[in-house]
Amino acid sequence: MANVDAAPDTARELLFGDEWAYAPAPQSADHVRLADRYGPFIDGEFREADEYFPSINPATEETLAEVGLATDQVVDEAVGAARTAYEEHWRDLPGGERAKYIYRIGRMIKEKSREFAVLESMDGGKPIRESRDMDIPLVAAHFFHYAGWADKLEYAVPGPGRPQSLGVCGQIIPWNFPLLMAAWKIAPALATGNTVVIKPAETTPLTAIKLAEVIQEAGLPPGVVNIVHGAGGVGTAIVEHDDVDKIAFTGSTAVGKQIQKQLAGSDTRLTLELGGKGANIVFEDAPLDQAVKGIVDGIYFNQGHVCCAGSRLLVQESVAGEVITKLRHRLSTLRVGDPLDKNTDIGAINSRRQLEKIRSLVEVGEQEGAEKFQPACDLPEKGFWFPPTFFTNVTQSHRIAQEEIFGPVLTVSTFRTPEEAVERANNTEYGLASGIWSDKGSKLFSISQALKNGVIWGNTYNKFDPASPFGGYKESGFGREGGVHGLLPYLDVHAQSWQPRTAAPTNGSPSTKPASSTSAGGSPEPKADDT
Amino acid sequence: MANICRASRKDFRDAVVAARDAQEGWAGRSAFNRGQILYRMGEMLESRRPAFVSELADVAGYDRDEAEAEVDAAIDRLVWYAGWSDKFAQVFGSVNPVASSHFDFTVPEPTGVVAAFTPRQAPLLGLVSCMAPIIVSGNAAILIVENDAPTLALDLAEVLETSDLPGGVVNILTGQREELRGHVGGHRDVDAVLSVGASTEERTVLEEEGAESVTRMEFRPDRSPAEWRSEESASPYWIAPFVEFKTTWHPVGR
Repeated sequence: MANVDAAPDTARELLFGDEWAYAPAPQSADHVRLADRYGPFIDGEFREADEYFPSINPATEETLAEVGLATDQVVDEAVGAARTAYEEHWRDLPGGERAKYIYRIGRMIKEKSREFAVLESMDGGKPIRESRDMDIPLVAAHFFHYAGWADKLEYAVPGPGRPQSLGVCGQIIPWNFPLLMAAWKIAPALATGNTVVIKPAETTPLTAIKLAEVIQEAGLPPGVVNIVHGAGGVGTAIVEHDDVDKIAFTGSTAVGKQIQKQLAGSDTRLTLELGGKGANIVFEDAPLDQAVKGIVDGIYFNQGHVCCAGSRLLVQESVAGEVITKLRHRLSTLRVGDPLDKNTDIGAINSRRQLEKIRSLVEVGEQEGAEKFQPACDLPEKGFWFPPTFFTNVTQSHRIAQEEIFGPVLTVSTFRTPEEAVERANNTEYGLASGIWSDKGSKLFSISQALKNGVIWGNTYNKFDPASPFGGYKESGFGREGGVHGLLPYLDVHAQSWQPRTAAPTNGSPSTKPASSTSAGGSPEPKADDT
Repeated sequence: MANICRASRKDFRDAVVAARDAQEGWAGRSAFNRGQILYRMGEMLESRRPAFVSELADVAGYDRDEAEAEVDAAIDRLVWYAGWSDKFAQVFGSVNPVASSHFDFTVPEPTGVVAAFTPRQAPLLGLVSCMAPIIVSGNAAILIVENDAPTLALDLAEVLETSDLPGGVVNILTGQREELRGHVGGHRDVDAVLSVGASTEERTVLEEEGAESVTRMEFRPDRSPAEWRSEESASPYWIAPFVEFKTTWHPVGR
């Protein structure tokens, strides 16, 4: 790859220097009420736990509340409660009645959206601007969207036979969009008539706890949603539980593979939403100012803790210098700091562990010869922080170009032809998302077809909507969340799960009765040939 | 009757290479063209109907009525899936009414290279019922055949050869599932696996090794020949496990 330098600066720029500092604009956190400690939420109640662990604010390192660590027995009780709720009530409740509960949850989240947003920023470190304008509105919208599906499922799935619910769903979610991921998992599961045992990430359990309070207040039948807390060990207990019918996991590819392996040979259904290393491809005919905004939104949104982040910038050689110059300018105006400040662009890194991972990969990038750019910025003394960073002179074999950093770190490399852009963009085991920037529609759609990604953003990036299916190709996982496609992982479709009849057919025409068991059953004994 | 090839690990690996080489070009054909080729397969099979009927009778021990029923059902099935080629995306894709000012749509694309352990029952129809839904969306397939009448699979290969199907899109390996199963799930260039009538051991091996590269896994029970003939054994939900849904966003504005 050619060694690209920033182009000479010809654009006019407003230089404020240090003269006009931003005044602090803190969002008040007075209305967030937290107890000292919370146990698991099982069968409609918060229970005591044997052992508690702290959930801290990554911007201050202060403990916000303590959360009960689930033992195997607690997981077993949660699954038991979900099973009972499923069989005795939820499964047979008319879809229209299920819808009312889900609508009510969505409505109540809207009413409490400010409290949810502030707590999300406190517990996870994301800027209040994002939790307020993106996460929480999308959470409410997601419940509203799926509530409306609950009594329309027979229209969601083409073909004969009514789709059936699966049973108890074990759901394991990450720390980057804590409440949004909970909504992505819980809303479609409830709409399709399933019950849930969900485990939030151990660093961001608090908004899920507030969600449990909403669920209580909404009068959702006890046991339909159960919430247990802890790290990977608790996730393993859910995955390996005999009475769980479906696992839905969002998280790293490494853990996803482990779960797929753990479930080998079992009838438990699985969907995985895993890591990514998204390419953001900028062609020379792109509107460059918009593209630079899109590059920044693509990688620095949510501190880069985004599985679909546009972490690899591929820019056409002829405009590379200009794009890099603009990117430098833009980066020096980004404000890193207090997540609760309304002017903050980049908040706190979610945990010390994640900060160390980012630091070590950035160090590797420097050792491997890539050139680092970081704007000067004052970082608070306490808490976990990392400035927005990009690397130039990156080759495809560099670790920073291959591994998911999951932080505010971008790699920049150049290409000459569209074919080369496609080849580079697809040169990864991941296949979650990519961006394409071009004013030429025919080119944009031909590139979009060639990319092995589940989500393509053309002249935009990091857009989400409850009606829009999201999920990966290749090692970024399988299954979709959002829209009508997001229902399928939670449904047993008769035509999909055709089971042979137990009795030998007398007239060669098998029964048309829908099978109620899950798909992909084991191997039946080969039957006597009726020839 | 005949000596049939017992495929080795190397044969499987070679088949994956051939499938990979052919897949992109096949997926790049128009959906209509793929449908035409599947329809042509049905025609070619029909033109050899008497030979297939005799072979089912002589090799698989079918009585004449059953043999005729299986060949006819196989022809119909090819035609049925041929028709899905340019309809699947309309029925299973979507335009998504997002709240922001974006045009947002979701289309299915083929997963890539699919290895299939085909049924022991219904040596012609079982094979066709697995092959057609895999390739109609643009995947390339490696069909692993172990049954009492594997010569039917080789005769089917001759049908494919005369149907304008590009070489490498369908690869047929006769052999022993137990010998091959350890080399399939873990092959990094196999994107998805179908196994019909897998034993618990086969399923466990395939899934454990497939997890290394997040391989898509589809398991289905085997059926009696009469059950394979039923309409219920043909479904777009046989196409669905071997596609990926791609969602594309673009701003709407002036």
